[in-house]
Amino acid sequence: MTQIHVNVDGVAYSDDVEPRMLLVQYLRERLGKTGTVVGCDTSNCGSCTVHLDGRSVKSCSLLAVQADGREVTTIEGLSSNGELHPVQQAFHDTHALQCGFCTPGMIMQSVDLLAENPNPTESEIRVGLEGNLCRCTGYQNIVRAVQQAASSGGGGS
Amino acid sequence: MTAVEERPAVEVGKARKRKEDRRLITGRTRWTDNLAVPGMQHIAMVRSPVAHARITSIDVEEASRATGVALVLTGQDLADEQGSLPNAWPITDDQKAPPHPAMAVDRVAFAGEIVAAIIARSAAEARDAAELVDVEYDELPVVLDLEAAAQEGATLTHPDLGTNVSATWVFDSAEAGSGSDVDDAIRAAEVTIERTYRQQRLMPAYIEPRSVLVDPTHEQITMWSATQIPHILKLMLALTTDTPESKLRVIAPDVGGGFGGKLQVTPEEVITLLAAKRLARPVKYTETRSENLMAGHHGRDQVQRLTLAANRDGTVTGFKVDLLADMGAYLGLVTSGIPILGAFMFNAIYKFPSYRFTCTNVFTNKTWTDAYRGAGRPEATYAVERMMDELAAELDMDPMELRRKNWIKHDEFPFTTVAGLEYDSGNYEAATAKAMEMFGYDDLRREQAERRDRDDPVQLGIGISTYTEMCGLAPSRVLGSLAYGAGGWEHASVRMLASGKVEVVTGSSAHGQGHETAWSQIVADRLGVPFEDVEVLHGDTHIAHKGMDTYGSRSLTIGGIAAFRAADKVVEKARTVAAHMLEANRDDLEFEAGTFTVKGTDKSVAIGDIALHTFAAHDLPDEYEPSLDAEATVDPENFSFPHGTHLCAVEVDTETGATTIRSYVCVDDVGAVVNPLIVEGQVHGGVAQGIGQALYEEAIHDESGTLVTGSLVDYLVPSAADLPSIATDRTETPALSNPLGVKGVGEAGTIASTPAVVNAIVDALRPLGVSDVPMPCSPYRVWQAIQTASDGGQS
Repeated sequence: MTQIHVNVDGVAYSDDVEPRMLLVQYLRERLGKTGTVVGCDTSNCGSCTVHLDGRSVKSCSLLAVQADGREVTTIEGLSSNGELHPVQQAFHDTHALQCGFCTPGMIMQSVDLLAENPNPTESEIRVGLEGNLCRCTGYQNIVRAVQQAASSGGGGS
Repeated sequence: MTAVEERPAVEVGKARKRKEDRRLITGRTRWTDNLAVPGMQHIAMVRSPVAHARITSIDVEEASRATGVALVLTGQDLADEQGSLPNAWPITDDQKAPPHPAMAVDRVAFAGEIVAAIIARSAAEARDAAELVDVEYDELPVVLDLEAAAQEGATLTHPDLGTNVSATWVFDSAEAGSGSDVDDAIRAAEVTIERTYRQQRLMPAYIEPRSVLVDPTHEQITMWSATQIPHILKLMLALTTDTPESKLRVIAPDVGGGFGGKLQVTPEEVITLLAAKRLARPVKYTETRSENLMAGHHGRDQVQRLTLAANRDGTVTGFKVDLLADMGAYLGLVTSGIPILGAFMFNAIYKFPSYRFTCTNVFTNKTWTDAYRGAGRPEATYAVERMMDELAAELDMDPMELRRKNWIKHDEFPFTTVAGLEYDSGNYEAATAKAMEMFGYDDLRREQAERRDRDDPVQLGIGISTYTEMCGLAPSRVLGSLAYGAGGWEHASVRMLASGKVEVVTGSSAHGQGHETAWSQIVADRLGVPFEDVEVLHGDTHIAHKGMDTYGSRSLTIGGIAAFRAADKVVEKARTVAAHMLEANRDDLEFEAGTFTVKGTDKSVAIGDIALHTFAAHDLPDEYEPSLDAEATVDPENFSFPHGTHLCAVEVDTETGATTIRSYVCVDDVGAVVNPLIVEGQVHGGVAQGIGQALYEEAIHDESGTLVTGSLVDYLVPSAADLPSIATDRTETPALSNPLGVKGVGEAGTIASTPAVVNAIVDALRPLGVSDVPMPCSPYRVWQAIQTASDGGQS
């Protein structure tokens, strides 16, 4: 067991973890942060995307011990005081989700994309979301959501 | 159709944002794998790595002693209680099917079949112990190729069955009296087109892997499952495991997509149930993605041998369809019926005078196939729409002109087709005209000619798909005539609460479709209450005690109509109370915007006040039951027949074989629309899945029967960067078989888009001598088709 200190969604945690435990398992099984989900095991689908020190990572391809001393933001820490993050709001407004399973990862990746490029073109959005799979929407409304968040100027984190 | 009182559509037709979004965008979700019950144990499955073998021994000694392990199960342990997984659709009286144990007992017939299960304190401990199970296999020969398996003397998938052929099912228009003899038509034809197409094997690839949690208290067994079909699952589990139906409660909590892939009674569900019963503790199983791709059912996988007969003027005179359908190793819930769903769709929107459909269902040593978005209808639509393009090319006619010549005209509805269905309504001319204008058809044809003239290495192709589909599965009497094991009705109840709020319970089970929003819109209009005041409940057999669940684009056309009818019954109950409260006759009351008014007076009472009055029950009419609840069970009168015109322009680089979709236009007619936002989203997603089949996706097994595309690294679910933006629009020709005029939209895009894309690719390459590219049309396959054609061979 290895001890880690990690801040998740604004709360400090200290825990003993198995060295092989994935970050996503730590979030889900130890902290109950089940908003972050697992879709594939091979880091293709991006459903488990969270932010590590403000940058998006696939939490299935990181060990929990790698988060030691760092700050993690999940979908559950994105809105504040009951106010949706502009990207969350945009996903709702543009019907950018159907079953919603990929949505947390897709939103976290979109926030990261906009932080890096506040005014992306359609093709930049598509390429920027390439690592996140959605089977329901055909991505068209997800692209719209990112465009809406960008034009509202609130996309950056 | 029962007469229905007209009421203004305030909510229906409005692009309401979805009620169900909030929890999904904030991560407050209840996916099955998110759930935990105190004392819960976890299962890891041991699966066969080989496709066909006798199990000679299973050593579980070491696994049983591993840390945290509570129970190890093998097929021998479960042999007496696991029963056989259900096939609810024996398509012929003499259909052959092997026993289908949830856990293999002495033989495995596909790679991925479960041979043992470890139940342990944690998922990690279960998986560690699964590694310690030692299974010895005596390998048997495998049969994997569908056409080879159908031959006499082929290696047998199940030696005891004596054949790989499960059943042969025939529809002949001459025998049915719905048309003439197709062989006569072929003999007399001025032109015949013969082609063989392959519908490759696909994997549904919903993003949420399957998961099941079973909590057996001694009074009851509760199962949470990532399923599309909680009601069917409950009944089937009861029958399969000999559990009283009344002791089972099945809950489909948030479910992350299905596309037919979660329309199943799975081995994992049965094993988890039996393990939980045996341990008398809650047990959960969540699959990995590789388990999902290997053992979750697959879709499509057919060989289609087709003959189209026509006159030189382009009039089609007959269509003969000879199918081989790959069942895989076993028959799942509706495996055998999937190709039969296509049998009624090969004639599509056309007035073919003769038709014969023959389908042979064949076993192979692969994962079993079953429903996948469209289920039989995409395959049929692909066949007919590709053939219409081939005929047009043969006759040197514009492919749209050929379609126009053969389709059912707007003024010819209702129209009984050569497959025996009665199409109630449709307007192919209107949808096509709109699509052609949006697409700029003539300009694109001009550009195509220019590129051809200058031998441009990047050629332009135009693909057409004028599809229809049968939705709203299904009228129970039709299902009965096809030997399906159940009816096709749907149930709803509507209850006015004392405070005037409304609860709607639907037997339909949403997993992304937006029922909570759409049903609220429907009921709000019928009751004249605000959209926000309606709550929709579903997906729990204790809350929704009756239901037939969600598949086959049936939810709105049957389940939505059940909610509509139940709401109307509530209004009629309320009318009696209102008459009493207003001291008037029922017949003198008008109901509008949620208020009963005595005609010609200002005496009125709102339905919310009637609800409170009924709840108090102090002063009700004599013998009036104090309730404003009502139920409705709706059995559809007919299928519904959405249709539309999809047009696709592709650029194909003839040097690399790479295809780029340049524009995609679709005009769909799904009848009246309850929520245009949801309809558009369904079309986007459907088109994307159809493009996936055309360009990217294929489940591939190697020569030993191992799935090569066993992860999302190898199975190419399209990403945002792989797909174009599509232009959507609609025409609205109402369905006549239901009071809302709705037709369903869940599968339309998938059915329509695959042939549109492939027709476009072939159209781009036809001057090079290419007349087909097998799916998925990868750059390599396209390039190969060009090379073969330029070598003078047939592509």
